[in-house]
Amino acid sequence: MQPIHLAWVDYAILLSYTCFVIGIGFALRRYMKTSSDFFLSGRTIPTWVTGLAFMAANLGALELVGMSASGAKYGIATAHFYWVGAIPAMIFLAVFMMPFYYGSKARSVPEYLKLRFDERVRCLNSLTFAVMTVFASGISMNALAKLLHLLLGWNYDASLWICSAVVLVYVLKGGLTSAIYTEVLQFFMIVLGFAPVVFLGLKDMGGWDAIKVKLIGVAQNPAALSLNTKSFQSDAWTSAWKPILNGPSANPMGVDVFAIVFGLGFVLSFGYWCTNFLVVQRAMAAKDMTAARRTPLIAAIPKMIFPVLVILPGIIAIALASTPDKGYRLPPVAIHSSAYPQALADIKAAAGDVYEKTSKDIGLKLDKGKIEALRAQYAAKGMTDDQIEAGLQDAVAENDYDGIILSLVKKYCPPGLLGLALTALLASFMSGMAGNVTAFNTVWTYDLYQAYIAPNKPDQHYFRMGQSITVVGILLSIACAYFASHYSNAMDIVQLVFGFVNAPLFATFLLGMFWARTTGTGAFLGLLGGTMTSGLFHALTIASGNTPGIKGGYLTVVQTFPSEMAQNFWLASFAFAACFLLTLFISLATKRTKTDAELKGLVYSMTPRLTDKDQPFFLRPGVLGTILLLGCVILNIIFW
Amino acid sequence: MGLDIRWPIGLMFSLVGVLLIAFGAATSDTDIYKNTSLGININLIWGVVLLVFGVLMLLGAIRGRKKPPTA
Repeated sequence: MQPIHLAWVDYAILLSYTCFVIGIGFALRRYMKTSSDFFLSGRTIPTWVTGLAFMAANLGALELVGMSASGAKYGIATAHFYWVGAIPAMIFLAVFMMPFYYGSKARSVPEYLKLRFDERVRCLNSLTFAVMTVFASGISMNALAKLLHLLLGWNYDASLWICSAVVLVYVLKGGLTSAIYTEVLQFFMIVLGFAPVVFLGLKDMGGWDAIKVKLIGVAQNPAALSLNTKSFQSDAWTSAWKPILNGPSANPMGVDVFAIVFGLGFVLSFGYWCTNFLVVQRAMAAKDMTAARRTPLIAAIPKMIFPVLVILPGIIAIALASTPDKGYRLPPVAIHSSAYPQALADIKAAAGDVYEKTSKDIGLKLDKGKIEALRAQYAAKGMTDDQIEAGLQDAVAENDYDGIILSLVKKYCPPGLLGLALTALLASFMSGMAGNVTAFNTVWTYDLYQAYIAPNKPDQHYFRMGQSITVVGILLSIACAYFASHYSNAMDIVQLVFGFVNAPLFATFLLGMFWARTTGTGAFLGLLGGTMTSGLFHALTIASGNTPGIKGGYLTVVQTFPSEMAQNFWLASFAFAACFLLTLFISLATKRTKTDAELKGLVYSMTPRLTDKDQPFFLRPGVLGTILLLGCVILNIIFW
Repeated sequence: MGLDIRWPIGLMFSLVGVLLIAFGAATSDTDIYKNTSLGININLIWGVVLLVFGVLMLLGAIRGRKKPPTA
């Protein structure tokens, strides 16, 4: 890929953003006096700010890139990750769970687990969470440095270290407040940076209705764009529910209604939005209980309409690609540079099946016609190596879905707007790292360091610890980024294991918060059992098309799912059920260790109801939540 | 927290808005828009949008300064 050349105006925009985030860090430095200022923002942030940060903490660059990729692969059904897989859980968090998180005065999610259960549960949760955040931020930084290298031709190491240094400076100076402020800045950057790209794409295609017409053709013959080998009903890309109601074989996701509603909508979604400290920390920083409960509700409003910015680009891309005169194709997977010498020799060789040989040497699916034309052209007129390499790359018939959003930015952005869109992307990578690092340093300092290594020290000690561990967290993230760039397979395993840990987590919280009888032993063993169930489930099942190994089925294949997504949703459902039942029965068999008085403020039945009588009717969390839920239902009906 | 976030947001988007307007005005006769943004001088238009957004944020910040902090 040819690096893009940036104009001075693009650099100016990039530089102003960097200066502003560092400036925010320095401006906040004088307010950082205690550990609570650093880790909890002193609980003084206005609601609209925590609300936007709550949403933006999850809106990393990987989300932007991944959602447009899924938009192309699966169409409008990708919106289920928002309308089914996020909004209901956010409302549940606000209305039912926030009173316990905020009211218990716990400073982190693991600390809540300690108050509710015991040290074992906290230790398990905080350790896995700490390791997970470091890996998540490493993965994100690796992706950023790779992108800058490929797209702009910048040096990988320099990009990684400079971006990390920027994050380090502002988190070190301003703590959680810095992270939250830059998340809000990033939120507006993404909205204002990508809106014109979406607008130009829509205008170019002649509006949504024209796109829908195009997508009928795509659904009937997705093989033309190398999207899928099967053919689907004509509304497979434009309806959110109809293709799923017709069963796994009728939609490109390969999932059924149960997997979407229970697996994604209940287990995975509630497990993420209601228990992940990275997002919950934003609500905990709110100034009072009312503000804390409104935080996820405010976040739900932009979340509901965000598919327009993140999924629609993927849909526009396939509509464009299926219109020949637009001169656009979905970006092909890049050929690895080490494969070129052999492939060049294949094209230049006079004898043998050129298509079969080059396909084998490159290791990707190729277009037979293009390869044969390439050789004919070389034999007739001769070509330079660079020309052949370009021809080979063009002949790749596998899509690099993650490259879609950038290909649209390149297509529609003149210098100027290009700088804005790239800055938005860069901003989301960096704020992703900042979010993970701030969650990491809080959990480390409060739940591991203060709890097990050095209890009962003066507050300043923990404040300084928080700053030092921020440096360590960034360095660990950089190490993980290098690890990810060298051992991408090992990284897949790491992410897989985190999936196992996360899947059952919500069962523990659900029982813990709403059933006073749940015991610490029950929760701890249930969580372990749930995680093992995920591992076992993965070892026994596989998605069709995959070979047994890292993708599952390494013990023996008991069940084959139509797609990895279906496998994943069912895995989560099983892990949740196992954790739920184990916790339930072990709790019944073990003695309670916490008295009713100790559980006050931690469990639903032991806590006085919040009546919200002091708030205007329409601003009460229950009422707001109902309105939002209705909005969500309406969206689902519109795109039924 | 002492710093009203509307200041940095407002200042940054006003600055970027002005940059885009200036660049858009300077390049309105060139053909950089023909192959990209469908012939529309998107820098000029979007620069105005960003500037308006930035100024609104600044106005909010100025109004917020006059009132005593609510927290």
